Amino acid sequence: MSRISAFLLRRRGGERWHWTDVFTWFWLIAGFLVMFGPAAWLVNSSFKTPAALAEFPPTILPYVTELVTVEGYDQPLPLYRVTLEDGTERVLAEVRRIGIVAQMVDPADPAEVIRVNINQRTPQRTVSFATENYVQPLVANDFLRFLWNSVFVTVMATIITLLTNSMAAFALSKYNFRGRSTVMMLVIATLMVPLSVIIVPLYSVISAMGLFNSLWGVILPTVATPTGVFMLRQYMLTIPDELIDAARMDKASEWQIYWRIVLPLTAPALAVLAIFSVVWRWNDFLWPLIVLSRRELYTLQVGLNTYAGELNVQWHFILAMTVVTMIPVVLVFIFLQRFITTGIAGTGLK
Amino acid sequence: MDKPNNRLISLGGAAIAAPLGWLARAIDPPLRALQKLGGTNAMAAFFLAPNMLIFGVFVLFPLLVNIVYSMTGGNALFLTNRTFVGLDQYERLFSCANYLDPRSCREDLFWTAVWNTAWFVVLQVTLMVGVALVTALILNRELKARGFWRAVFFFPVLLSPVVVGLIWRWILQREGLLNFMLYSAGGEPVNWLVERDWAFFWAITVSVWAHMGFYALILLAGLQAIPKDLYEAAEMDGTRPVRVFWRITLPLLMPNLLVVLVLTLIRAVQIFDEVYVLTGGGPGTSTLFITQYIYEIGFASHLRNPGLASAASILMGLVLIVLTLFQLGVARRNDRRSGKT
Repeated sequence: MSRISAFLLRRRGGERWHWTDVFTWFWLIAGFLVMFGPAAWLVNSSFKTPAALAEFPPTILPYVTELVTVEGYDQPLPLYRVTLEDGTERVLAEVRRIGIVAQMVDPADPAEVIRVNINQRTPQRTVSFATENYVQPLVANDFLRFLWNSVFVTVMATIITLLTNSMAAFALSKYNFRGRSTVMMLVIATLMVPLSVIIVPLYSVISAMGLFNSLWGVILPTVATPTGVFMLRQYMLTIPDELIDAARMDKASEWQIYWRIVLPLTAPALAVLAIFSVVWRWNDFLWPLIVLSRRELYTLQVGLNTYAGELNVQWHFILAMTVVTMIPVVLVFIFLQRFITTGIAGTGLK
Repeated sequence: MDKPNNRLISLGGAAIAAPLGWLARAIDPPLRALQKLGGTNAMAAFFLAPNMLIFGVFVLFPLLVNIVYSMTGGNALFLTNRTFVGLDQYERLFSCANYLDPRSCREDLFWTAVWNTAWFVVLQVTLMVGVALVTALILNRELKARGFWRAVFFFPVLLSPVVVGLIWRWILQREGLLNFMLYSAGGEPVNWLVERDWAFFWAITVSVWAHMGFYALILLAGLQAIPKDLYEAAEMDGTRPVRVFWRITLPLLMPNLLVVLVLTLIRAVQIFDEVYVLTGGGPGTSTLFITQYIYEIGFASHLRNPGLASAASILMGLVLIVLTLFQLGVARRNDRRSGKT
């Protein structure tokens, strides 16, 4: 035994285990369970039927009780594995239950009713994924609508953000004009103004413009991100001015310089901003909650919150739709994670 | 900054650029005319215009209006229909027999929210910075597959607050996973989100869970910027690891630690989304924080009073400005330092 553990715990270089090594592995494994566990449990639960969700203790796999149609009964009956008094085991269908006695029939011979103590039977169950949790809210409820609204807001806001921020960053990095530093100060100053500080008057501005209950009312206030302007400007400052002067010699217009030369060269920074913008806008909650009051305009986040806040929470739908809401962000995480983490480490924006 | 995946950029770029491309070509002639007329100054103004217009209308203007708005009363939405009441709203917020006891205040909800937020900020920021620091230190060790472990801790950062709230509501509900684990270990199930102290505890824990990875990443970047030869020199001298931590790691990490501290402070003051989805501010008012107060008084409750909400939001804004100035000071000091060395 001690030789096995010695083998398992042997380390490169023959060093002994230090308490910090033990702590490191404890932290990493606990971290893995705590960080992924809750989300994994949610995904797992989203494939269970309402009956399975109500069970305590919960099972890992999504089980459903098998049903069978028996001659003479309108409804399909649940199947149970029953131990009879003489010790034999049979699979019977339950007709009804009175107190602790269940009336059961043999599906092959439905004429005879057998009375069984409910302690003598266990449900006959099979693993089955409740995909209707996903299909039904998308088809019957408004979730397809919410999904579309979220996609629309995210895509539009991101395109406008990239365009307007890069134009402003171009002007702030490649032109010398009076008031440039004032504009720059203004941009930095608004880093201090989070949405929650201006929601009351912003709401009246949006209403005055007729953008209340409109997806554009959700999109427009979010697109002039100071972080985006700042980040793109820093990047554009590294583009040599000679390149622009050369283009001017060739009679390129200023717009062409921006569109054909500066913008392609800024692609890496634009890509980072695009990823952030997608995540930001997809995840936005407070502002859409205020601007959108008609159900057909809700984004996924607002819709989810509304359904989860109802008196009778239909958890099987909520769980499935939460998974749907997670999907784009998880995809971004899987494919672009390296990219985001280095972006954060370099600029400190989120 | 990492060079992004080229194929991805060209793919995404093509999808967006195709329709925008001919638009860009179409507006070139009029812009040439503008350039001829107004010179480069006009072009600078043109490039700035869209962003600054949106920015002015949706950020700057509301910000200025907010100050006037907070001095008006009534239920009307538009400023022109509202009656000027001077500093009444502020007086109302501050009319209090004893500031420490929200029940003695006219706006008891406001002071409940203020004290809840204060406690939340103190506890959450401490926990957040502590956990992020430990995680960063561990990720900075020589690990196999460091990228993987870093991703593990970063994962919840991208999840939306609503998703975070729902994930944890599902785990913490009475018949949830946590109670099942307690029950299997022989414990009594607890109504996590119905008991006041537990709900507060989970509001803190869940928000740390959701954002810790972000700060760990900033700290990790700071740790990796510490020159390796310092550690080698310390090892040669036979310095004890604990001393290395206090004398080398911590002082050199201080700039990043300060940035993280201020960022967590600023975010903690504004806490809303995930807690709102998790507890809805309850039970009672035990997890009601200041942003939720502003939202409810301004928009949601039957006691709607936009002027009062606006005054409260200005007070919160002042706190945030102080914190942000502090942050800018820290950033400037860091820049000066790194400029020197």
